[in-house]
Amino acid sequence: MEYFLQQSINGFALGSIYGLVAIGYTMVYGIIGMINFAHGDIFMVGTFIALIAFLILVAIGITAIPLALFLMLLIAMLLTSLYGWAVERIAYRPLRGSFRLAPLISAIGMSIVLQNYVQLAQGARVKTLQPLITGTHTVLDLGNRFVVQISNIQILIVLTTLALMTGFTWIISSTSLGRDMRACEQDLKMAALLGVDTNRTISLTFLIGAALASVAGMMYLLYYGVIDFHIGFVAGVKAFTAAVLGGIGSLPGAMLGGLLIGLIETYWSAYFSVQYKDVAAFSILIVVLIFMPTGILGRPEVEKV
Amino acid sequence: MSATRTGNASVLSHALKDALIAAIVAFGLFMLLLGFLTDDSRGPLRLLSRPVLLATTVGIVFVGRFLISLLYYNAAALRYYLGELWTAICNFAREFKIALLVVLLLIGGGWIFFSPKDWPLILITVATILIGVRFGFSAALLVFAALFPVAFYNNPYFLGIAIIILTYVMLGWGLNIVVGLAGLLDLGYVAFYAVGAYSYAIIAQAYGWSFWVCLPLAGLFAAFFGILLGFPVLRLRGDYLAIVTLAFGEIVRIVLLNWVSFTNGPNGIGSIPRASFFGIPFNATDEGFAAKFGLEFDPTHRTVFLFYVILALALITNWVTIRLRKLPVGRAWEALREDEIAVRSLGINPTNTKLTAFAIGAMFGGFAGAFFATRQGFISPDSFTFPESALILAIVVLGGMGSQIGVAIAATVMTASFELFREFEQFRLVIFGFAMVGIMVWRPRGLVSTREPTAYLKERKTISVEHVAEGRG
Repeated sequence: MEYFLQQSINGFALGSIYGLVAIGYTMVYGIIGMINFAHGDIFMVGTFIALIAFLILVAIGITAIPLALFLMLLIAMLLTSLYGWAVERIAYRPLRGSFRLAPLISAIGMSIVLQNYVQLAQGARVKTLQPLITGTHTVLDLGNRFVVQISNIQILIVLTTLALMTGFTWIISSTSLGRDMRACEQDLKMAALLGVDTNRTISLTFLIGAALASVAGMMYLLYYGVIDFHIGFVAGVKAFTAAVLGGIGSLPGAMLGGLLIGLIETYWSAYFSVQYKDVAAFSILIVVLIFMPTGILGRPEVEKV
Repeated sequence: MSATRTGNASVLSHALKDALIAAIVAFGLFMLLLGFLTDDSRGPLRLLSRPVLLATTVGIVFVGRFLISLLYYNAAALRYYLGELWTAICNFAREFKIALLVVLLLIGGGWIFFSPKDWPLILITVATILIGVRFGFSAALLVFAALFPVAFYNNPYFLGIAIIILTYVMLGWGLNIVVGLAGLLDLGYVAFYAVGAYSYAIIAQAYGWSFWVCLPLAGLFAAFFGILLGFPVLRLRGDYLAIVTLAFGEIVRIVLLNWVSFTNGPNGIGSIPRASFFGIPFNATDEGFAAKFGLEFDPTHRTVFLFYVILALALITNWVTIRLRKLPVGRAWEALREDEIAVRSLGINPTNTKLTAFAIGAMFGGFAGAFFATRQGFISPDSFTFPESALILAIVVLGGMGSQIGVAIAATVMTASFELFREFEQFRLVIFGFAMVGIMVWRPRGLVSTREPTAYLKERKTISVEHVAEGRG
């Protein structure tokens, strides 16, 4: 029981990270109907930017952890969203109206570019960051050999995710940008006819998606402390799985899917086998797409002639 | 912004503005990742700054963007001229006789100039030119490939590269059935390659069966896997299908990596039996190939043999594809690619049709895998990663989905350039990624974008890009 609870806490923290990345997939899919294959690599770029930003902050003498973390977050969000914007501008915008698979192929190309660019710029070796946020709280102690704990970093991850989700939901539901985005999601052409600047809206969608991914990246860096240029691929596929599981196009769905994937992966690793934890996530992807392509909270898609 | 802008000052200032914006964006993009290097070679992680690298990169972006903008504003017709240039190049290439003559004469002439002893090459050059003039580019390419080992017998390095190229040509042709003809984006093709390689390695080691028995088995296993995967997932739409095949490819790789008792895990399988000349091994013994045929033993015999094996396999793939395109099933594939709903309303079962394409594509992947295993003598899951799938896909995409000759050219160019720039491992991959993006942006139908229709009324006409509206359905 304690073990299960502990795994649930771990899974929840991991799931929050997946959820933040999944929002980027689901938003882009909702609006322009493409799988942004490079999004996982944007997440990876986010981890690297956060790492370098932190090292710079330390080098210039900002060592107060809360301030450093806050600045790190700002820098990471700013610069990573620039990457999201640039990728959209270079690889996707010229392809609007091209045949269906073109953006996906282009996205795969962009993913290869980003991975190898980071490897080229920062080397292939694994980067390790010592834990910045330490300390744990005991959640449950029944006097058995096993004590359920929640660490400060896990609390931070969940709180940050909650805060971001709240802010993001507010943007979508109450700002003019959010209204534009919802309009584009429903009907891109009609929205354009009614005066929505669709190109700008799509750009901003990529920007926001990348910013959220960068936060996820920073959390990943703080949580695991080990990153390399390759983490984007698997994390991306899992986050995409989360988006599909929650129902692609649905924002609460992405978060829910992320949490579920995080929990499933953690339980799988805890009770079955760590080696096959990626297989679990990939199998879920396949099974969901075959049997429940609309996901948990998604709307069924009507095929138009 | 159009050509109506006049006046040098305004052109210049606009170009400068563009360049400045591009430079600022580039600075933002590269500031941390290029400007600093995280280094852990000595103890804990520390930062090294690289201002020169950053400044150079941003400078290149500034100058590049400035020049592009200058050209763009100055000549609105630039795009038109570029298009014209491209058409001219295409026309030139289509006039294969001249192009072929010039290229081959240059190559041949250069070669003879530098080493006059290479008479077989001269022979081949002449033969290729003659064939090319009489029968066309494809035939010339075929003759060149067939005579290649004669010319480069003394150059095992070239032979090795040629074998790798042909392997990729074969993989490209195999995937072309799935992606180019049936229009199904398969991101996990390497899984079938892996299944072929592992089934050959394991069967050959466990039962000692020869390559020629195992080869069809490897193809069958791969096809079986194709059906196994395809049956549930092929009703999915294009991009979902792509992601599912990707997941499948990864699952296969992870299983190969972790099922140690069966596949020996990350250590891979070594000392895989080599292919024999229909039962006669290539070794220095009395029973070996050299002794049987009264030749002096030479390890190149095996290489040449492998070259012809993969050439034959690739040609079989090509031939089967060409034949299939003329059969109802091939026509159904292409129709499915163009408009699935129309196909369904004509009473063709789309799932079964896709399944055949998937299985046949997988089978050729399996053949290529078995060949790979016997050539390498060693396989491990490292050879079957996603980038490998992406490479094969890129070959098909760059060559022009559905074009056999385009795929062959793309495979040759890519593999050869990968060999040439081996030292610049990551640079070439960055460029390769950009090439995929660029092709999608500028020439989404690939480099060879004209198609020979398989069904036609009265006379055969090539179809230009504009009339091939792929994937609109």
